[in-house]
Amino acid sequence: MRAETDVLVIGSGAAGMYAAIEAAGEGASVLLAERSLIGRGGATVMAQMTVAVALGAETPDHWSHHYQDTIAAGRGLCNEPLAQLLCEDGPECIRAMDDWGVGWARKDGRITQAMAPGHDRPRCVYVDFLSTGPAVSKTLRTVLNKNAGIRKAGDLCIVELLLTDGAVTGAVALHLGSGAPVILSAKSTVLATGGLTRLYRRNSASANMGGDGYALALRAGASLVDMEFVQFFPIGHLAPRLIGMDPIMWDPFRYKLGGRLLNNRMEEFTQRYGVAEDGKYVITRDLGSYAILKEVEAGRGSPHGGAYLSFQHCSATSLREAFGPVIDRLAANGIDLTKMPVEVAPIAHYHMGGIAADPQMRTDLPGLFAAGEAVGGANGANRLSGNAITEALVFGRRAGRSAASHAKRTRAMPGRADNVHTALALTAASSNRELNTAEIVQTLQATMQDYVGPLRSHAGLVHALDTIAQLTRELGDSPPNDGGRFDMRRIDWFDLRNMLLVARSVSEAALARVETRGAHQREDYPQLAPDWALNQFVRLRDDRVVLSAATSQVGAAVAS
Amino acid sequence: MMEFATLRIWRGLDAKAGRWETYEVPFEPGQSVLDGLRWIRINRDPSLAIRYSCINANACKECMIELDGKTVYACTARLQQGEMTLAPLSNKKLVRDLVTEIAPPAERFAKS
Repeated sequence: MRAETDVLVIGSGAAGMYAAIEAAGEGASVLLAERSLIGRGGATVMAQMTVAVALGAETPDHWSHHYQDTIAAGRGLCNEPLAQLLCEDGPECIRAMDDWGVGWARKDGRITQAMAPGHDRPRCVYVDFLSTGPAVSKTLRTVLNKNAGIRKAGDLCIVELLLTDGAVTGAVALHLGSGAPVILSAKSTVLATGGLTRLYRRNSASANMGGDGYALALRAGASLVDMEFVQFFPIGHLAPRLIGMDPIMWDPFRYKLGGRLLNNRMEEFTQRYGVAEDGKYVITRDLGSYAILKEVEAGRGSPHGGAYLSFQHCSATSLREAFGPVIDRLAANGIDLTKMPVEVAPIAHYHMGGIAADPQMRTDLPGLFAAGEAVGGANGANRLSGNAITEALVFGRRAGRSAASHAKRTRAMPGRADNVHTALALTAASSNRELNTAEIVQTLQATMQDYVGPLRSHAGLVHALDTIAQLTRELGDSPPNDGGRFDMRRIDWFDLRNMLLVARSVSEAALARVETRGAHQREDYPQLAPDWALNQFVRLRDDRVVLSAATSQVGAAVAS
Repeated sequence: MMEFATLRIWRGLDAKAGRWETYEVPFEPGQSVLDGLRWIRINRDPSLAIRYSCINANACKECMIELDGKTVYACTARLQQGEMTLAPLSNKKLVRDLVTEIAPPAERFAKS
């Protein structure tokens, strides 16, 4: 099967959908390809609450203040032009979403802006508790559906980007619903595949986010940046078992009611690590994760290996006022916050690193663009809370525009790609080995969580790299293939091929960075090293992950 | 405390010619049916087909199946002791095992 389009957008979270809408608005034909179902598979639909933007709706604000906070959170590593784009274009995108009917929460007609850790003033818009992501996703999907210039295709697992004379000219995909390969020819390709949280045992995002876009870009010859910076959300739900709720759900509770983080002696402990909370939510994500894991290490953790989060000081009335029906959903899970604390622990949440791109969202390969979390650099070593959806919208819009403009300048549809046969051969290949792909995924996730997680060391990282190499050998050169539709082991195999390459990139970059900065915390190098104010780039040469470091103006390093 | 559920699962590629397979699944009270299906994939049969993205948040709405004849989300239905019968949605086109074609027609791949 095959299809042709001006612009191919891969991934249908907020970044991909916005890119598709914008490219179509510029007159390009668009094909929006999604690994799962349109608008449902990525991280956007799971976003809980806050979207940071200098609207100044409540308190006077300017994008430069938001920018200052973003740069400070990034611990000296932000790609400044990208951070500026995020902050400067944020208000326009948030207003566009408002016009499209997303329904930002309002008080007296003005959009409400909440205070969040790391911000100098109330700056975060939201729809409602737990519904910001679904509302953003639904709104963009509705706009998408009104646009005749956009074709949508779910169940497409992208196997490889196509290359013609060094330019990206589409992709080969596996259509999961039929098991057949698909050649997608495109003048421009946008990677909007999100991050890599699936690499970790404890993660807060979709099962599809195994870093596909990073692996596709690497194998095509593009560079990645800041891969060692994986953000752990400190208070992911740990126990008791709670279903039907995203594990990062306690964040909005803390925004509204503060809450107390306690160790197993029922003492607050964050002050030991430099931040006294006094019932307010002020600790940043990197410090929060560090503090909890250090308490666990010292034998003061909660029974399941985390910390307690308590709202027992809040009255039943104030809890219900703030969270209404959610209180009933908690009760259905046997949780009464007035009587008991819950257990929380760090959970993989977001990836600061990603594909190196300039403020036009151009990568270093002609015809290849990136958008959203897939882009590396804007958030440096640690992302400011609320910046993820903003970046998805802003970068998505910019990527859509650039991709359309590139397609316009490209006269003819690309001819036969140089690597189309290799890619098709892989989709046709079949190994008859008995491979438990689901178990390999589990082993990889455990390895990444334990050795390339929030706290790292030389020995642990070397161990992780050994395990990754061993799993890569086990995976072999060709996938299991029973010839049928929705062949799970075959799908896992293609996922693992990407996940293992991305895991290797993260681990190699983490091993090389011999300091502690933001989300990258080395137990054997606990201090920030001023001469490490560098961004590490990752490329693939002859299947080797090659690192190079440059000063933190990433934008300048990317060929324009 | 570990308990066991018996999951009787419809398997196959042809809606008219499937088979039932039964798995004993250990669980802790409170776990979801999707937890059980993921356990089966890792520990018993990685070829078991199930569609899901968000795992636990009930946000993606992809894991719809029939549990004892009723449509449920596998991520919010709870594992229980005794036998539970899991089948693909009977009003949707079968893809494989518990996976059905649930995307609206305009959101499926079509050749140009």
